[in-house]
Amino acid sequence: MSHPHAAAGMPTAKPMDFSGSLRRFATTMRPERARVVLLTLCGVVSVALTVTGPKILGDATNVIFEGFVGQLLGRTMPAGTTTQEAVAALRASGDDSQADMVAAMGDVVPGQGVDVDRLAQILGVVVLIYVGAFAFGWLQARLMTVAVQNTVRRLRDDVEAKLHRIPLSHVDKQARGDILSRVTNDIDNVAQSTTQTLAQLVTSLLTVVGVLAMMFWISWVLALVALVTVPLSVVLTMAIAKRSQPQFVEQWAATGRLNAHVEEMFTGHALVKVYGRQQDAARTFARENEAVYDATRRSQFISGTIQPSMGFLANLNYVLVAVIGGLRVASGQLSIGDVQAFIQYSRQFTQPLTQVASMMNLLQSGVASAERVYELLDAPEQDPDPVPARELTDVRGRVEFSGVSFSYDPQEPLIKDLDLVAEPGQTVAIVGPTGAGKTTLVNLLMRFYEIDGGRITLDGVDTRELTRRALRSRIGMVLQDTWLFRGTIEENLRYGVRDGTEVSTETFLEATRATSVDPFVRTLPDGYDTVLDDEGTALSAGEKQLLTIARAFLADPEILVLDEATSSVDTRTEVLVQQAMNALRSGRTAFVIAHRLSTIRDADVIVVMEHGRIVEQGDHDDLLAADGAYARLYASQFVAPVVEESEAVQDVRTAAP
Amino acid sequence: MLVALVRRYLRPYQGAVVLLLLLQLVATLGSLYLPSLNADIVDQGVTLGDTGYIMRTGGWMLAVSLAQVLCAIGAVYLGARAATALGRDLRRDLFDSVQQFSARELDGFGAPSLITRTTNDVQQVMMVVLMTFTVMVMAPIMMVGGVVMALREDPTLSRLLLVVVPILGAAVGLIMWRMVPYFRGMQARIDVINAVLREQITGMRVVRAFVREEREAQRFGAANTRLYDVSLGAGKLMALAFPTVMLIMSLSQVAVLWFGAGEVSAGELQVGSLMAFLSYIMFILMAVMMSTMMVMMVPRAAVAAGRISDVLGTRSTVVEPAEPVALASLAGDQGPRGRVSFASVEYGYPGADEPVLHDLTFTAEPGRTTAIIGSTGAGKTTLLNLVPRLFDVTGGSVSIDGVDVRDLSLHDLGSLTGLVPQKAFLFSGTVADNLRYGKGDATEAEMWAALEVAQARDFVEALPEGLHAPVSQGGTTFSGGQRQRLAIARAVIRRPRIYLFDDSFSALDYATDARLRAALRPRTADASVIVVAQRVATIRDADQILVLDHGRIVGRGTHTELLESNETYAEIVTSQMSLEEAA
Repeated sequence: MSHPHAAAGMPTAKPMDFSGSLRRFATTMRPERARVVLLTLCGVVSVALTVTGPKILGDATNVIFEGFVGQLLGRTMPAGTTTQEAVAALRASGDDSQADMVAAMGDVVPGQGVDVDRLAQILGVVVLIYVGAFAFGWLQARLMTVAVQNTVRRLRDDVEAKLHRIPLSHVDKQARGDILSRVTNDIDNVAQSTTQTLAQLVTSLLTVVGVLAMMFWISWVLALVALVTVPLSVVLTMAIAKRSQPQFVEQWAATGRLNAHVEEMFTGHALVKVYGRQQDAARTFARENEAVYDATRRSQFISGTIQPSMGFLANLNYVLVAVIGGLRVASGQLSIGDVQAFIQYSRQFTQPLTQVASMMNLLQSGVASAERVYELLDAPEQDPDPVPARELTDVRGRVEFSGVSFSYDPQEPLIKDLDLVAEPGQTVAIVGPTGAGKTTLVNLLMRFYEIDGGRITLDGVDTRELTRRALRSRIGMVLQDTWLFRGTIEENLRYGVRDGTEVSTETFLEATRATSVDPFVRTLPDGYDTVLDDEGTALSAGEKQLLTIARAFLADPEILVLDEATSSVDTRTEVLVQQAMNALRSGRTAFVIAHRLSTIRDADVIVVMEHGRIVEQGDHDDLLAADGAYARLYASQFVAPVVEESEAVQDVRTAAP
Repeated sequence: MLVALVRRYLRPYQGAVVLLLLLQLVATLGSLYLPSLNADIVDQGVTLGDTGYIMRTGGWMLAVSLAQVLCAIGAVYLGARAATALGRDLRRDLFDSVQQFSARELDGFGAPSLITRTTNDVQQVMMVVLMTFTVMVMAPIMMVGGVVMALREDPTLSRLLLVVVPILGAAVGLIMWRMVPYFRGMQARIDVINAVLREQITGMRVVRAFVREEREAQRFGAANTRLYDVSLGAGKLMALAFPTVMLIMSLSQVAVLWFGAGEVSAGELQVGSLMAFLSYIMFILMAVMMSTMMVMMVPRAAVAAGRISDVLGTRSTVVEPAEPVALASLAGDQGPRGRVSFASVEYGYPGADEPVLHDLTFTAEPGRTTAIIGSTGAGKTTLLNLVPRLFDVTGGSVSIDGVDVRDLSLHDLGSLTGLVPQKAFLFSGTVADNLRYGKGDATEAEMWAALEVAQARDFVEALPEGLHAPVSQGGTTFSGGQRQRLAIARAVIRRPRIYLFDDSFSALDYATDARLRAALRPRTADASVIVVAQRVATIRDADQILVLDHGRIVGRGTHTELLESNETYAEIVTSQMSLEEAA
């Protein structure tokens, strides 16, 4: 409790840096500062006009009241009596309090009714003021909308741009679902809460200031009375917010857990069914569902009490103003119109306070999301490309790994001192058990990950001296998991085509025929214009794989990387793909990672990897003759007796370092 | 749809809802009564200088106000309870419905859509109900009460309402009506933005490999601009809405004062009543505004309610038999044997012209391995899924030990089969949790034994937490091969009578594949094994190989038999190994 903030009585136990994130958001809004200044001015004018309205309207009430009193006096006094005479007459009759009141009014003419001309004049002014307040209010809200929407759009663009600069090492370490949630749900939440709160917040705060000023102007006594309720309402709001905030946190946490469970159970639906686990699933669901219910009920109830509580305070205020105001009017210290104006002011005064109070929850949730978005924006970035970068002209495609070492986790070195040469036009097949580091090799070549030691060169140039763009545009890649985007098949196929390169229809069809894409695409009703949805679900796994192969084909790169590209394609289709690949590989350096030995038998160099090391290198015949790890791997495919196999496996294991 | 759904789900909370309406009635009447008391203070206290009256009435006002706030809080409490309970019940029923679905209905909706319906759509409906309870029910009471009170104060002046209310209603309604298309478009465009971002994150390697960052940025930029346009359009209308309402309300006050002045002058109206009248007219206008705003929320919730009702109204095509055949009746000497027979089986997807499977007849004998091979899209997975009734046949029958699978209870059927799906899906939790999916009461010894068979013992042992190592959702912490092996262990630990492997060895390297099959053999000695595979090596030792092409069996026999007699099979084999090696 020695912390200064704690002593100051911070409203809520914040798990987040509320003001820091708010300041950060203000920085994001900086390009809009001209608009913000202008809209604040408009807001000031609009609020000033709005708050003078009731005061002048109060004058109108005074005029009516004077007319009323005048008429009242007219019953007892002759026409033509002046105000002074009327007051004197009232005092004479011993009615002192009424005399004081009439004296305070100033313009009571006994016998004369409401002064219609003056009333019309006042009301005319009021109408003008209100129309002015409307115009400036509208202008302010419009400017605010533009400023907020511009900012949100910029934030979205920033996040998207960031996605292209985050190193994959960072992305792979995190749950993708979490990053996705930040760039979708959290940004949406920021957008929604800022659009809903910011404009209101500005108006509300200005109104509070303006109304307060008017109240003091009319009667400082009543203003002080009204102010009594301010600390009360602040304390009340804080107390409620303090209780509701943990419930909101719990509500969203529980909702997250429920979502995760539902997602898991629905995506794993078939398994849940065949393994007869519906009851377990329903039990877990019921538990999480109940937790969401409990937290939501509490958060909605607690935050829901703000409105009526503030309403009560407003009423309290109202009564106080009426009682004290009534007493002061009776004693002639205040006009009736002023009391009426005051009552309106006190409502105008508590209303924005109530609004700010009820917006707090929205604001807190928005700031929490903004914090998550900023966390993403602050994530490390990949090393910048070298300036000036080396240019590559006329790539021949000689790739050399020399003394390369790398690890994902400094505690566990993965690749140690690896040497590998791929001569131009050669096919290098990489084989080895799961986890041997085959995919890692590709990650390093593509510079998805940066090596820790040694160097990788392309035609003798260290790949780190090239821009990533220059390096990657020379390499065509087909990955294990097939990724297609929402768009037509043709757009997907042309995805890898370098900018400024024209692909004629003949070349296009040649590529799709060579990769066996053409026949199945032709059977689709829309052919190449078929739109693939999110995950390309309209196609079978094998067909998607064929599309990714054709995509690499059309990219026409100097170097190819094929990562288990053919594992889901049926073997008959694969024969066709194989032929196409042979054609594609000719004249190109290719790295192939595949478990299917038929795919790599034709390779110029076969690299056998185990535990991040190359244990053997050579062509098929040489390696068979060497009777080492490759020979055992090969044998295990075709010679299956159990005993021999387990022995062979044993050998492989002991052979590994 | 919305009303029917909400009414049905509020039925259990009828008592609370009635009480809530009562409380809201009292609370609203309370706030309506207050201006009238204030009028009394002005008319009978201030004008007559009666201080005692002012104090008394002030005290009464506070009491009314306190009662009003207590009622309002009570109503909020009941409203929050009833609305969130409705949300909870809706979610529960949706979840239960989906659990009953067969793969056929699930694929019809799509898992992501079902997830959205269970969470977001329910949230939408719940929020509307909550808003209705806390704000909306007040509107009609306020409006009627306001009109009554206004008439009581001054019937003549109340005619102003006939002008002001329609103007406000029309103005707000017009703005909202113009906003609806923006809101509708906005949701669709947010979906597009999110889809693009999802693609960029899942396809990050491809985007970078093809150096497509700029193109992606453009694609995103375009989507962002489209969202910006609608958001701005809606925002500008919204910007107009609030000042407009303020203006109309302020001008109404001016009108009341103008016309009221005449009546005061004529002695027909007291000043205090005029002030009360001003308050009532504000109440009425507020109620009109709230109702109009509310009208805008309803269409979205109605769409959500429709989507929820669709799910609740869908019945699974795979239904539990009314009188299931007891497992004991198909028991042999040592329980059920697990002989699987397909008799003239046909399966077609709903709406498809051609069935996926035609006239399949074969038997998988216990202790034997039946392998199914064929090109992509030949119907292999569908065939496998018919055994545990993920789908039901559209013709013919599948039976186990002579009993049609549709006559067995789903529980018994599940306990007989062990499916390893093509996509090795792991559940979040620990390795042990996943194994317990196969067998709820598995001991650690059983777990290690199953892992050993599945060739997963080594890497699980190497994990610092061993069996209790955490598994993330979908199993992303494990490699593809490791996931498959864990999924196999999950099936093995069940000791099912029928093993169903759907291309379950594809991510394994050949050495592991061979070891796994060798270890599996004694374990499956008297069970029926049906294997779908792409690799010839995986199935060459099978007792029976079925060659599937376009949903038909085009060849059956052993590896050697088929190699000689079946062209399709021979072609497949040739593509994988040269002939002399195969022989």
